[in-house]
Amino acid sequence: MNSRDSDRQRFFTRRAALLAGGQLGLLTALVGRMYYLQVVESERYQTLAEENRINMRLLSPSRGRILDRFGVPVAVNQQNYRVLIKSENTPDVPAVLDRLAMMISIDADEKARILKEIRRKKKFVPVTVREFLEWEDVARLEVNAPDLPGVTIDVGERRFYPNGFAAAHILGYVGAPRREDLTGDPLLELPGFRIGRSGIERAFDKPLRGSAGASQLEVNAVGRVIRELDRQEGDSGRDVVLTMDMELQRTSMRRLGEESGAIVVMDVETGGVIVQASTPSFDPNAFTEGLSNAQWRSLADNERAPLRNKAIAGEYAPGSTFKMIVALAALEEGVVSAQSSFFCPGHIEVGDGKFHCWRRQGHGHVDLSRGIAESCDVYFYEIARKVGIDKISKMAMRFGLGEDLGLDVPGERSGLIPTKAWKRAVIGQPWVLGETLVAGIGQGFVLTTPLQLATMTARMVNGGNPVLPHLARDVVTRGEMAERQDKDFTPIGVNPRHLKLVMDAMTKVTQDPSGTAFAARIRQPGMSMAGKTGTAQVRRISQRERDDGVIKNRDLDWKYRDHALFVGYGPIEKPRYAISVVVEHGGGGSSVAAPIARDVMTATLDRDPARLAPGADVAGLRGPNPQGS
Amino acid sequence: MAQFGTAAPTFRQKLLRLNWELVLLIVLTASIGFAMLYSAANGSFDPWASRQISRFAVGVALMLMVALVDIRLWLRGSYFIYGACLMLLAAVELKGSIGMGAQRWLDLGFFQLQPSEVMKITVILALARYFHGFDVDEAGRLRNLWIPVLIVVAPIALVLRQPDLGTAMVVAMVGGSMFWLGGARLWQFGVVAAGVAAAVPVAWQFLHTYQKQRIFTFLNPENDPLGSGYHILQSKIALGSGGLFGKGFLEGTQSHLNFLPEKQTDFIFTMLAEEFGLIGGVGLIALYGLLIAYGVFIAFRCRSQFARLLAMGLSVNFFLYVFINIAMVMGILPVVGVPLPLISYGGTAMLTVLIGFGLIMSCWLHRDMFINRRGGLA
Repeated sequence: MNSRDSDRQRFFTRRAALLAGGQLGLLTALVGRMYYLQVVESERYQTLAEENRINMRLLSPSRGRILDRFGVPVAVNQQNYRVLIKSENTPDVPAVLDRLAMMISIDADEKARILKEIRRKKKFVPVTVREFLEWEDVARLEVNAPDLPGVTIDVGERRFYPNGFAAAHILGYVGAPRREDLTGDPLLELPGFRIGRSGIERAFDKPLRGSAGASQLEVNAVGRVIRELDRQEGDSGRDVVLTMDMELQRTSMRRLGEESGAIVVMDVETGGVIVQASTPSFDPNAFTEGLSNAQWRSLADNERAPLRNKAIAGEYAPGSTFKMIVALAALEEGVVSAQSSFFCPGHIEVGDGKFHCWRRQGHGHVDLSRGIAESCDVYFYEIARKVGIDKISKMAMRFGLGEDLGLDVPGERSGLIPTKAWKRAVIGQPWVLGETLVAGIGQGFVLTTPLQLATMTARMVNGGNPVLPHLARDVVTRGEMAERQDKDFTPIGVNPRHLKLVMDAMTKVTQDPSGTAFAARIRQPGMSMAGKTGTAQVRRISQRERDDGVIKNRDLDWKYRDHALFVGYGPIEKPRYAISVVVEHGGGGSSVAAPIARDVMTATLDRDPARLAPGADVAGLRGPNPQGS
Repeated sequence: MAQFGTAAPTFRQKLLRLNWELVLLIVLTASIGFAMLYSAANGSFDPWASRQISRFAVGVALMLMVALVDIRLWLRGSYFIYGACLMLLAAVELKGSIGMGAQRWLDLGFFQLQPSEVMKITVILALARYFHGFDVDEAGRLRNLWIPVLIVVAPIALVLRQPDLGTAMVVAMVGGSMFWLGGARLWQFGVVAAGVAAAVPVAWQFLHTYQKQRIFTFLNPENDPLGSGYHILQSKIALGSGGLFGKGFLEGTQSHLNFLPEKQTDFIFTMLAEEFGLIGGVGLIALYGLLIAYGVFIAFRCRSQFARLLAMGLSVNFFLYVFINIAMVMGILPVVGVPLPLISYGGTAMLTVLIGFGLIMSCWLHRDMFINRRGGLA
């Protein structure tokens, strides 16, 4: 070994040692970095790893059902068969869609939508081809399954209203949430989720919805589900029990038939609404699937307003059904007694005005009982003049007229009970006496809804107990369903003797041959109804027309004909049910509205829970049992 | 002294003196790799572990063959091997630029050869040979340095055109180490460093967009967690969530659910660290440290400059694989596509590393041999 070589070796050793030292330093740095990541920062990365791998998926809860007072389901969930296509299992998507289109109709737009959705989504995410399949379609697809690779049928839920049109206004309908409905609740963003849009569905939407379940899924980097780690079932929505009797509701709707009108039947003790019919109606099932523009237009533009719930949002002049209020006001003020009578010559003249009785030849001498039974207008002109508009209005308000009664479905209108102050404030003119006279027969400014008329009648016959109408057995407070608390009503403080006088007069309406609704009395043994007819004019009859002879209703255009009204109660001896009937432009109260009321009241008495299902737990039945069991 | 050592050892002697414990360390490390490949395939030998095992078997045989060859043969053949490999690289470059764009391998039928991998070893061979012929003070002269500079720059230029920034940097660093060991002066390194610093802004212009993007993402991976930063971020998540003891063999959620990209190749260390935690990761680094130390130790023991330079150069090369890969998956270095030696799935890297160890063993077997500057016995 020469010295130059040993020089070289020393040099090499020195430099190699430095190099090796550097390497050792760098490897130590790696260890340090590992320590930092795996020990110091470990928790943070563990959280990130969990987030990476676990995907929460919401499980849509079943919507609660809606049941009538006998427990009959009136809004249910039906199985919704959907065709889905998963492109990863479909070698040729357009070809399979073409084959599908031969079995279930898929138009070109739909096809374009499906193909677009398939392109946008990951290939293992199923895309909905069609919803709401008929059972025959499902069967046909199942048979042809071998020709349809990647096509699956799955079952979801859809809202179904077995009675369709019959209770559409009460139950309402459901629809997909709109942008403004999204509150951040992820449930609302689930595909296919529906929320209540009107009626009970809307008022009780929160309890009906239930709470979402959740499924914890392990997913891989592209989102494919590997397995389910955990599953919490959600709670189905709560069932809502109504005070309504679906069978009676259907009877009522059928009885109204082609007419445009409304019927309300109410339990006079509890305020529970048993019937709330409004015609024409619409099919709420159509809303579940989504209405076409044309369908929507035809509903919205119809002059008979099928979408409006006329029972609570139709405002009508009450006509003669208002006369009990005028009579009670006059009795309370002491301006008349049961014996006071007036002479009816067919009209009276007040100031410059001439006010006509419906009976041109007049009624002769009329007292309170005949005034109501035969609906003499002159009698009520006289007593209205004596008592004044403000006293009449005050009485009307005690019976629930002119105010929102707080029914548990949205859409109620308040009607109008005029006062002098109201006219000055709103119209800007002083009240004139003639208007008091017109108001005395329920015309002019006075407007009421069928619900208010039924409530009024209920309060008249239950001893002045100011019941409030409601449709559901329970109430919603802060999104939760709670039991309805019976309110301690302070009686409206009307003299019972006066109420008795009025009820006796209403009895004469149907029971006395001279009564306006004698022809529409209930003849079945053991059943009875008292009431009051009303005919509300919707046009002004000129003096010349009166001279030439008033044009008959049937000769007028539909929208100029009179509204036919009836309010009543039954049974006469022990009132349990109040009824109001309004037939828009139907003609006379006694000829059109009273027979409808008779038929519905007969059916109502026939279906009285005490007769039909003694001892059963029937919703809205908390007052004294009429038949006394 | 040591007259016996100058003579060429017999085949029998060689077999007896071969450092079998080094072979054992290599087999141990590779076995860890097989286990990880088994895990990467969700507990299956297919498709990676089985093929890796057979390649390893071939590689080990090749390694032993390389070890037993007389080191003078390697010395004499080093320029030729270097030249052949450079031609191959140029061929790939030519074919690649005409054909598939960034194709980096030659299809040899049974496996695909990446000349750029093999190039690293041939550069070391050639430089060891070159510096073997010079004394330290001679080697540091500028007029003696332009040839080795060419030896290093030629493959770098080819690799950069491919473009493969990672390999280019590794070749540059290996070459630099050889200069350092061979006798280049400190000031020369200073000049080169200054030159590189000045060239960086210019070189930046020539980088491909994806290369620039990689550097950007490396600097701030959270900026684009689902795009280019995805790999680094997911790697850190997988690694960090492994914690001290790891999630257990086959239990690494991030890698098995495919959040971890390239888990069988470049990111296999992440998977190991996820499943075996800090303990497993540090254990593997220690094993690598041992392998590197073995090379250094052999280099110190060699009597010929060629063997010293060769053993140390190969050891540095091995270290660079380890360091760059692990630093990369931990987010210290940009993702440049350097495999984890002996563990990552891949044929060329495995063969290259084993041939490298074969040469180190050859240095060991011929450690006492004096070799004159032309390649004969002293």
